Amino acid sequence: MLRIRPIAHERPSSVTAATDALQKLGEHGRVLGGGTDLLPNLKLGTDKGRALVSLAALPGLVGIAEDAERAGTVRIGAMTTLDVIANDPIVQRLLPSLAETVRRIASPQIRNQATIAGNLCLDTRCRYINQSDLFREALGGCLKSHGDACHVVVGSQNCVAALSCDTAPVLIALGARVHVVGGDDGGRTLAVADLYCTDGLAHTTLTQGELITAVEIPALPPTHWVTYRKWSRRKAIDFPLVSVALRLDTCRERDHLKGGMLVIGALGPKPRIVDLKKFKGRDIDAALAAEIGRVAEIRAKTLPNLPYDPAYRRRRAGVEAKRAVLAFMANR
Amino acid sequence: MSAPTTLSSPPFDVVGGDHAKLDAPDRLTGVAAFTDDITLPRMLHAKILRSPHAHARILSIDTTRAAALPGVVDVVVGSEMPLTYGVIPWTPDEQALATDKVRYVGDAVAAVAAIDEETANRALAFIDVHYEVLPALCDPREAMANTDVLIHEDNRHGNISKRVKLAFGEVDSALAAGDSEPGAHRIAGHYEFHGTTHAAIEPHCALAHFDTTGLLTVWSATQVPHYLHRELARVLELPTYRIRVIQPAVGGAFGGKSEPFDLEFVAARLAIKTGRPVKCLYTREEVFLAHRGRHPFSMDYETSVDADGRILAVSGETVLDGGAYSSFGLVTTYYSGQLLCSPYSFGAYRFHSTRVYTNKPACGPKRGHGSVQPRFAIEVQLDKAAHLLDMDPIALRRRNLLGANSTTINGFHIGSNGFAACLDAVEASSDWQTRRAKLPRGRGLGVAGSTYISGTNYCIYPTDLPQAAVQICLDRSGRVRLFTGASDIGQGSNTTLAVIAAEHLGVELADVRVIAADTDLCPVDLGAYSSRQTLMAGNAAIMAAQELGKKVRKAVADHWQCSPKVVTLAGRRAQRLDDPAVFIPIQDAFVLAETAFGTLGSVGHYNTPRSGVHGDYRGGTIGASPAYSFSAHVADVEVDVETGDVTVHHIWAAHDCGRALSPVLVEGQIEGSVYMGVAEALMEHHHVMPTGLGLEGEKEPGPWVSGLLAGSSLLDYPIPTTLDTPEISALIIEDPDPRGPFGAKEAGEGPLHPAIPAVVNAIYDAVGIRIDCLPVTPEKVLAALDALAAQKGSDDA
Repeated sequence: MLRIRPIAHERPSSVTAATDALQKLGEHGRVLGGGTDLLPNLKLGTDKGRALVSLAALPGLVGIAEDAERAGTVRIGAMTTLDVIANDPIVQRLLPSLAETVRRIASPQIRNQATIAGNLCLDTRCRYINQSDLFREALGGCLKSHGDACHVVVGSQNCVAALSCDTAPVLIALGARVHVVGGDDGGRTLAVADLYCTDGLAHTTLTQGELITAVEIPALPPTHWVTYRKWSRRKAIDFPLVSVALRLDTCRERDHLKGGMLVIGALGPKPRIVDLKKFKGRDIDAALAAEIGRVAEIRAKTLPNLPYDPAYRRRRAGVEAKRAVLAFMANR
Repeated sequence: MSAPTTLSSPPFDVVGGDHAKLDAPDRLTGVAAFTDDITLPRMLHAKILRSPHAHARILSIDTTRAAALPGVVDVVVGSEMPLTYGVIPWTPDEQALATDKVRYVGDAVAAVAAIDEETANRALAFIDVHYEVLPALCDPREAMANTDVLIHEDNRHGNISKRVKLAFGEVDSALAAGDSEPGAHRIAGHYEFHGTTHAAIEPHCALAHFDTTGLLTVWSATQVPHYLHRELARVLELPTYRIRVIQPAVGGAFGGKSEPFDLEFVAARLAIKTGRPVKCLYTREEVFLAHRGRHPFSMDYETSVDADGRILAVSGETVLDGGAYSSFGLVTTYYSGQLLCSPYSFGAYRFHSTRVYTNKPACGPKRGHGSVQPRFAIEVQLDKAAHLLDMDPIALRRRNLLGANSTTINGFHIGSNGFAACLDAVEASSDWQTRRAKLPRGRGLGVAGSTYISGTNYCIYPTDLPQAAVQICLDRSGRVRLFTGASDIGQGSNTTLAVIAAEHLGVELADVRVIAADTDLCPVDLGAYSSRQTLMAGNAAIMAAQELGKKVRKAVADHWQCSPKVVTLAGRRAQRLDDPAVFIPIQDAFVLAETAFGTLGSVGHYNTPRSGVHGDYRGGTIGASPAYSFSAHVADVEVDVETGDVTVHHIWAAHDCGRALSPVLVEGQIEGSVYMGVAEALMEHHHVMPTGLGLEGEKEPGPWVSGLLAGSSLLDYPIPTTLDTPEISALIIEDPDPRGPFGAKEAGEGPLHPAIPAVVNAIYDAVGIRIDCLPVTPEKVLAALDALAAQKGSDDA
């Protein structure tokens, strides 16, 4: 069987000790949360990390709470597992779209282990990378794997592996922010939308030594509505091959649009955000749904990076976006 | 010599009862020991170095650096085991480790044994192999035409691995009648069946130990301990009496473990060299590379039907993509045509099948060996015929029934035949007539039928020796011990044999201990392939059990001073039939018998019938079986016209297994078959990229590397989750066959066949599109819907 090469492991007991350890280890260090993404990547050799910093003993990183001062604002500790989030009454009441999203991730066993911050920091995936040593050797490597060529965009100097996490699109649509400690600034808060950049080799904007401690989701006004739709080959287990989160900001009567956004996932290293302000004032009807679907299809510039026909994935993004609007109409 | 048959009619005591598999509790509680669960003192771990090239000449192999690594105990290269082997003795074209050439990405070239798996893994990088890379042929038609690049240079027919051409009746004139007769139709279709693999959950694993007496013991996750035994002897150049093969619990096989693999030879050779036990466990990737899965078929079929729907003629031309080695390919090539002539009567028939070597993992037998692909084609052809004739597709199938005690056009003798009952059952339980009339657009029903063999009539190597054997012992404990070479790979053959013994000897199922698949302890059986275990090992068990039953009844009769004819053994008792108040516990009956006859043991064997099975022509023996199973399925399918998604809501699957010795096991086989068939129709694809890295549906594949497997993990090779699995109604039909034990026929492979065409035919019923090239993917559905809309548009204009 595949085994992880011998690897160093530390289990700090304070957040400061953890960020110090990560700072010291630099590019060789890896944050071990639930490990459901990291450990398989270490086994396959697609992740070259040499030391693990486990968060298991850190206090205060687990739990879900509604902010006492800002009603409706929810804070989720970085090490909270996906299963806990999916079944949490606060999340179910205030953030049903997030509960629904999390329930579509992987399998019950993986959700018992995987964490919210781990999902946000999921490594990018590509059909030329997430393969065995033999495959990558036969291929001659790529930008992300002991080579110098990109097989997705021939001639590209930039890795375009896809961000395949499910939570980022919906959290962006919800306007969520992440709290980060460590690094040169000592700590900061940034929008989930700003957590990603376009480099598939280093796709988060976290710097060395930085660690996410919590995700904070602001109260969703009653006139706003968020949903997430994911397409994968199977109804469970799989990563998305394309995904769409939709936020509709409506008038009080919920029949016409004041604004909103589409977030398309599983394209490149970063989710694509599409502002829907050009539809401001429009009736929310089948015609609008079809138009938003067309916008999604146009903006979903799929690449041959994930293991499925990009043309189909693009068409599918359009259908999913349209159906997201229709789902709102059916539920309003 | 035909089968001993007995007790052919109910009521039965154990047969047909509501019992679980004998090993179910052990498997459910994690007690069952699979090969990888076995650990021996001082055991080493072996890993195999594999070729990164699809086709290359090996210029040199230097293991010096690897051998010098701390923790590495020994290395092995192909020149130490140069003899070629192959499961089919006529086509030995494989080596344990390649010596001169590698023929696919993943071909084995060298191996190391180390103190642990990590060290062995790491050592592979220190084996230096120099290759001269050769052009790779990954497209079978290209390989067939190419005479410059030869994958097997000593092959007399270029890159053609096997060609079979057989014709029965006046095919051309009967086909032409489809054009000329009033109301008749001639349907031509091109079909593609993609390759799929077995995806058994347990990876292959072998453990070898060479002891101080010179005995080599090999534990292996195999479904053919006997064939493995033979090939180990050949390649290691040891006499068979110095080799013992043991098959521990197996976690699924489906044909993927039905021949020897590199790891068994490697573990054995390294065990001999080091004097220490050596284990080799495949990674999931290695399972995908070892493959031997379902061949990709490219098929052209012509079918003529008359105005009443009678099949006048069928003609098929097929190219089989064989991959790098022969495997069972000779048989596959015959099966691709020979197994099509039932359950329908053909007026005339011919097939021309060509298996081609390509630089890909070798294809072989997967559940429904060689006949799932043509079955897909013919059942869609018949559906097309029914629509042209404006006939109910079930009615068209009924019009062409072969019936019982019939002979197919290619000369196979059909005994019992429950196909008509299968059609009746799925028609009734699916409510076909009323449901079909009411379905909205986007929802459809499809039907398909099939047949399969209950074991192949002849052994893989020419012999008149028994094909199956069972030894039974009983003693004063009241226990029955049954020894068999049969291979339980999860299908439940141990349970089936225990049922037969219990039925004859009057004990309960739990009183029978089955000791199986150990070549030192058990009599020879050919193994679990071609759906042969129930019929063949079952008949052997009957022969052995009958002999002992006779002795027990005789001893009890003497005790009671009555005729043995009035003594019956059932329900842990010996009882007088003429006076049921008179009985003794079965244990006492065994004591009487042991007292009267001494230690109690018997042997039974089975040989297939040598007459009345097949026609007398070259190739006529291949595909012939003592008895045939029959299946019919109805699928209820929904097509999303916007996304192309196909949802299979329900499959009603009726299967004539002759007699269900263990109904729960038969239902399990039907359900598992449907599951696998639907997965092959919609999802699974063992996809080796022919001209680069392009994936399904992509117009322009990348130009870089040929022969790479698109995904060698269970993430990239999706098998359905429970959420993706349709509702399945398993309907058991029992039409007992005189050649089967208690009338039993096979159930493990037949019920897979109709699932695929039933789904595809239902898609046509739902939205009017034909997907003739599998798998059915959303983008193909959308493309076909777009084409249909365009055609309608132009028809309207």
